[in-house]
Amino acid sequence: MTSELDIFVGNTTLIDEDVYRLWLDGYSVTDAVALRVRSGILEQTGATAAVLQSDTMDHYRTFHMLERLLHAPPKLLHQLIFQIPPSRQALLIERYYAFDEAFVREVLGKKLSKGTKKDLDDISTKTGITLKSCRRQFDNFKRVFKVVEEMRGSLVDNIQQHFLLSDRLARDYAAIVFFANNRFETGKKKLQYLSFGDFAFCAELMIQNWTLGAVDSQMDDMDMDLDKEFLQDLKELKVLVADKDLLDLHKSLVCTALRGKLGVFSEMEANFKNLSRGLVNVAAKLTHNKDVRDLFVDLVEKFVEPCRSDHWPLSDVRFFLNQYSVSVHSLDGFRHQALWDRYMGTLRGCLLRLYHD
Amino acid sequence: MPGKLKVKIVAGRHLPVMDRASDLTDAFVEVKFGNTTFKTDVYLKSLNPQWNSEWFKFEVDDEDLQDEPLQITVLDHDTYSANDAIGKVYIDIDPLLYSEAATVISGWFPIYDTIHGIRGEINVVVKVDLFNDLNRFRQSSCGVKFFCTTSIPKCYRAVIIHGFVEELVVNEDPEYQWIDRIRTPRASNEARQRLISLMSGELQRKIGLKVLEMRGNAVVGYLQCFDLEGESGLVVRAIGTACTLDKLSSPAAFLPACNSPSKEMKEIPFNEDPNPNTHSSGPSTPLKNQTYSFSPSKSYSRQSSSSDTDLSLTPKTAPYPQGPRIYLCPSSPSLSCGSLHLKKSCLLLSESSLTPHHSSLVSPVLRKSVSFSEELFLAASGMGSGSAGKEGGPFKALLRQQTQSALEQREFPFFTLTAFPPGFLVHVGGVVSARSVKLLDRIHNPDEPETRDAWWAEIRQEIKSHAKALGCHAVVGYSESTSICEEVCILSASGTAAVLNPRFLQDGTVEGCLEQRLEENLPTRCGFCHIPYDELNMPFPAHLTYCYNCRKQKVPDVLFTTIDLPTDATVIGKGCLIQARLCRLKKKAQAEANATAISNLLPFMEYEVHTQLMNKLKLKGMNALFGLRIQITVGENMLMGLASATGVYLAALPTPGGIQIAGKTPNDGSYEQHISHMQKKINDTIAKNKELYEINPPEISEEIIGSPIPEPRQRSRLLRSQSESSDEVTELDLSHGKKDAFVLEIDDTDAMEDVHSLLTDVPPPSGFYSCNTEIMPGINNWTSEIQMFTSVRVIRLSSLNLTNQALNKNFNDLCENLLKSLYFKLRSMIPCCLCHVNFTVSLPEDELIQVTVTAVAITFDKNQALQTTKTPVEKSLQRASTDNEELLQFPLELCSDSFPSHPFPPAKEHLESASSNSGIPAAQRATSVDYSSFADRCSSWIELIKLKAQTIRRGSIKTTVTVEKASPVGDGNFRNRSAPPCANSTVGVVKMTPLSFIPGAKITKYLGIINMFFIRETTSLREEGGVSGFLHAFIAEVFAMVRAHVAALGGNAVVSYIMKQCVFMENPNKNQAQCLINVSGDAVVFVRESDLEVVSSQQPTTNCQSSCTESEVTT
Repeated sequence: MTSELDIFVGNTTLIDEDVYRLWLDGYSVTDAVALRVRSGILEQTGATAAVLQSDTMDHYRTFHMLERLLHAPPKLLHQLIFQIPPSRQALLIERYYAFDEAFVREVLGKKLSKGTKKDLDDISTKTGITLKSCRRQFDNFKRVFKVVEEMRGSLVDNIQQHFLLSDRLARDYAAIVFFANNRFETGKKKLQYLSFGDFAFCAELMIQNWTLGAVDSQMDDMDMDLDKEFLQDLKELKVLVADKDLLDLHKSLVCTALRGKLGVFSEMEANFKNLSRGLVNVAAKLTHNKDVRDLFVDLVEKFVEPCRSDHWPLSDVRFFLNQYSVSVHSLDGFRHQALWDRYMGTLRGCLLRLYHD
Repeated sequence: MPGKLKVKIVAGRHLPVMDRASDLTDAFVEVKFGNTTFKTDVYLKSLNPQWNSEWFKFEVDDEDLQDEPLQITVLDHDTYSANDAIGKVYIDIDPLLYSEAATVISGWFPIYDTIHGIRGEINVVVKVDLFNDLNRFRQSSCGVKFFCTTSIPKCYRAVIIHGFVEELVVNEDPEYQWIDRIRTPRASNEARQRLISLMSGELQRKIGLKVLEMRGNAVVGYLQCFDLEGESGLVVRAIGTACTLDKLSSPAAFLPACNSPSKEMKEIPFNEDPNPNTHSSGPSTPLKNQTYSFSPSKSYSRQSSSSDTDLSLTPKTAPYPQGPRIYLCPSSPSLSCGSLHLKKSCLLLSESSLTPHHSSLVSPVLRKSVSFSEELFLAASGMGSGSAGKEGGPFKALLRQQTQSALEQREFPFFTLTAFPPGFLVHVGGVVSARSVKLLDRIHNPDEPETRDAWWAEIRQEIKSHAKALGCHAVVGYSESTSICEEVCILSASGTAAVLNPRFLQDGTVEGCLEQRLEENLPTRCGFCHIPYDELNMPFPAHLTYCYNCRKQKVPDVLFTTIDLPTDATVIGKGCLIQARLCRLKKKAQAEANATAISNLLPFMEYEVHTQLMNKLKLKGMNALFGLRIQITVGENMLMGLASATGVYLAALPTPGGIQIAGKTPNDGSYEQHISHMQKKINDTIAKNKELYEINPPEISEEIIGSPIPEPRQRSRLLRSQSESSDEVTELDLSHGKKDAFVLEIDDTDAMEDVHSLLTDVPPPSGFYSCNTEIMPGINNWTSEIQMFTSVRVIRLSSLNLTNQALNKNFNDLCENLLKSLYFKLRSMIPCCLCHVNFTVSLPEDELIQVTVTAVAITFDKNQALQTTKTPVEKSLQRASTDNEELLQFPLELCSDSFPSHPFPPAKEHLESASSNSGIPAAQRATSVDYSSFADRCSSWIELIKLKAQTIRRGSIKTTVTVEKASPVGDGNFRNRSAPPCANSTVGVVKMTPLSFIPGAKITKYLGIINMFFIRETTSLREEGGVSGFLHAFIAEVFAMVRAHVAALGGNAVVSYIMKQCVFMENPNKNQAQCLINVSGDAVVFVRESDLEVVSSQQPTTNCQSSCTESEVTT
């Protein structure tokens, strides 16, 4: 006796959250059944393995049918085929677009192209996330990217509107899209200590301050691309390190202000010129795409690592960066105060976030 | 005359991409009604076109309005080649034809294609302007309301229940036409869908005409079925119960029926009608003309043909003895089967029906001719016997006379209802059923175009005579079904023989005097169990005792019925689903040989199914079955029997005896041991079940009951040999001397299997209950969460070792596993009850068994579940939308005289105390005494009733208010109300349930019947997820389309939903599959009880009867 056909269709579509998770995680029906058995559900309910198998199959089939709609979440809301309570719809969408930290770190800043897709095998092996789940997550990134790529207005709002994600998740997607668009390098060994959250934080700051949308939300271009003019202008900051007087003056202002307040004052004093040169040069180089991509590598190399090797505590870093930014206002010969604030305000936030073990 | 149909195409959305190049679609819409077609403009390059068309107007006869569906086809415009169809929408405009239902159909409809399924949606608005038409000879029956619900719909009152209406329409199946060879399957499937839509419309119109002729204005319990007879054609048939309904609480609703014939009816006083039951042969009527005009060439003409039973067989107003009108002994291979004995029952039947004396139809004849069931389920004999209940004597005589006169004029005193207004059902006999095996190719005879009608007439006649033999003049809970395999067809009909109160059957003239008597005599809550027949002249062996409730009348030891549990019945404990499952192998054969083989097998199947049911009932410690439905399915090489029913313990009936196992070879020691082991297991199971279902009837001493009634002891044994049980239990009490156990003798391995299979049925996990009736006995505190579902399973049998036992086991496992799966899936709803569990078996191919289940899971509040004692009264109040006044009187009365106070003796179980002196497999007795003393409850009842009376008054006002509020103007109006607030969603929630009510809510309006037929096919089965993926998607789509239609009518729920057909065929080798689904139900508007409270008003009302108390009760 073999079961040829076995289905269950409810007027209200039944969604089992546990099975949904297993499905999202890319387990085959057999694996999912095994995992469910291990969870002790048989003992709790007195069901048999056959029942579990049939139930799992049913749910998988339902999810498979829903997947098409999940690709365009507003469709899920307006479709008539599955009657699903709104709270459940939200859950389905949110979970479908959720991603694994380990996975996103692998693809963050990579081009969302076929080439990358081919690497998913390796990512799967490396992270222990099933290939199926990797594909889903990758396709989600790519889909969101495609949809909002050409859109005006706020990136987060666009994502939220077209994918009905929660605020938190929409922000994460904005970061992913932003990174993918600007192709920031995040995979270098040096950067491995950084979490997705760190990058997402930086992305948000950059979107808020460094993109065209930051200046004028009515502009054609939007949140995804960095403001080219701004990047060009950043060259002007070079004077801060190129002009010896300016650099010395800057150093003395910072040192005066921080004397006695910093545990690592002597190290700071010794390193000031190097650090300042590092930060300003990063700015000056951002005209080239290649250097934009290496932004985080540079920041870590030029600032985070030197400070860390001298064992600066985070509070000292904060003091220093604040003073470092503010002191520039007292430099009479420096004319690009607004530019400096736009640059340094964001950079300070990013550096503070990036500065940890 | 005419009406004007107006259609507007507003917009489309989510259309599929039809032009690969642009990834867009150039869509336009064709709107077709009858032979007229309109087109919208082409909306270029959009997947969400906004046509916003003008109003397309069709001027048509109302006859066409009833028959024709509105066809909307969405196409993709193509300049160079033919336009591609995207899909279609069929809209049944019938709900717009009666004034009380919907006024407009407006909403998003899924665009459906037989190959691709749902492809986007289209927004349509439909209106109808009807002109007044007083033409008496018209062909249309606009205005007659149809309800699938098998009880009086919640917001109506039954003025008169007229009786049975039936009709069938035959046509050729487009699938089998020659043209099929040159057209695509898609085209022929679309032709089929269109044709069936047309045929249902026509059928409904014709039924409506009959109803009008009977002076009714509605059909309740409307059941329409398709017989896909393959090459021999397509039959659409329907049965129902004609009624005159009165809308409660909105009297205005009747008056503005400008179009409706019901108005016309109103103008004619009912009592002017000399013969209210003329449906069989009205003297006048266009019906006849029409039938004649069609008659000659029909069934094979392309045109649909109809035929009338009346013309074919039966004399119009059949007087009792049938005189010369006899059963046509069915032409050769068709045997009607209903007999336990292996003779051809048609002969026996004619014998019995020719017997002129109806009262003294006694055992010998009867036992042969009556189908098995009646042998066990005692009949209430309404006629003939003078020695009925002593007190009830004169009254009964009167009752009998009136009822007889009312019913006898009817050709078929059948009622498709399963629940009745209080007082309607006087006594219940037993289940009556009849089956007949027919060869389908007979339809080809052009000289006898009414074959199908003749067949059904024959069956119905048989049912009628069965009922008569049981002393009953009516059949309630009546239904008909077929099972077709190749050219063989089994026709089945079944119902419950009953004695009815004539008050509802006739016009109002007698009402006054009768009502009084009724109140005096009738209405105890045990009344329907009583058998007011001559126990000295019992038609079949049965064991009678005095009613355990009133102690005045006699009751049988078990009662089987096809109806729902009467709301006023007293039940102890909870009910449960009981199923008997059976397979029988059959040799493959052709035509007549095949038919003969089948008809030879049928009696055995019926017998075994029945034995199983009885065993399982005993095992549950219960004594009555409700909602019994026995389905016999025929396949190429086997027959399947599946009986489902809800077992309950009726307080009025005696405690059932246990089950005794007897071995055949008592000398074998180990065997003995085995037997006693089994016996122990059985006893344990019974005890466990009693606990599980909370069956603890209080016992009382024998004297109160009186001595058992002497019974005729000429029982014959049927199939199995029986032996005396040697191990009588010592504690056997004299007073229980007649308490017999049911003896199962294990004389071969078969029997052993049977016993095993008895024990394999696992009870549902805790927190779950199941039943196949509307209401779960013993649970009354439903909460509002419901989940309707359909589950389908197909198993393939390994052809190697097909034995009956293996088959039975497979089938049993299939059903049990299916149930287990359901329990598992719905575990989040615990505590909950699966109600209206409806199993359907089919045998699509040689080695395939398909089981389809539709049911609804309803949650209930466990904490309140203890108040079971209130149940009867509450329920009767719930259902008593008709006669609150009367109802209020009789329970009071009942308290005063029929319940002398008795202390509650502790409940005791005498399961093992079973002995058998003449164990008869099919009928067993148990005289154990139990008596539910209700004295202490009386006072609380009275309070309750008073309380309810107030609630009722309040309720009526609420109703009026909400009706006004809820009158649908457009869609979305109340959808907003019912749907949980969701900012983005535009899709309203539509509930679906096979029940006639929605827990925690009140139905304020019936919008019309939903009757839909879909075909889906695929040529890429694997790609669509195999058979499971294909069918899963299709059923989900069907639900979606039902919901969309309901929402467009302005409704928010479908009640009495039923999936009548789910025919699935596959050809995996060709990667193809096809499925046909037919569903129906009533679209309604409901309002949550909690919303109602807000509107509740303080103003007292005179209009007491106008409430739907349903929703009030749980508050």
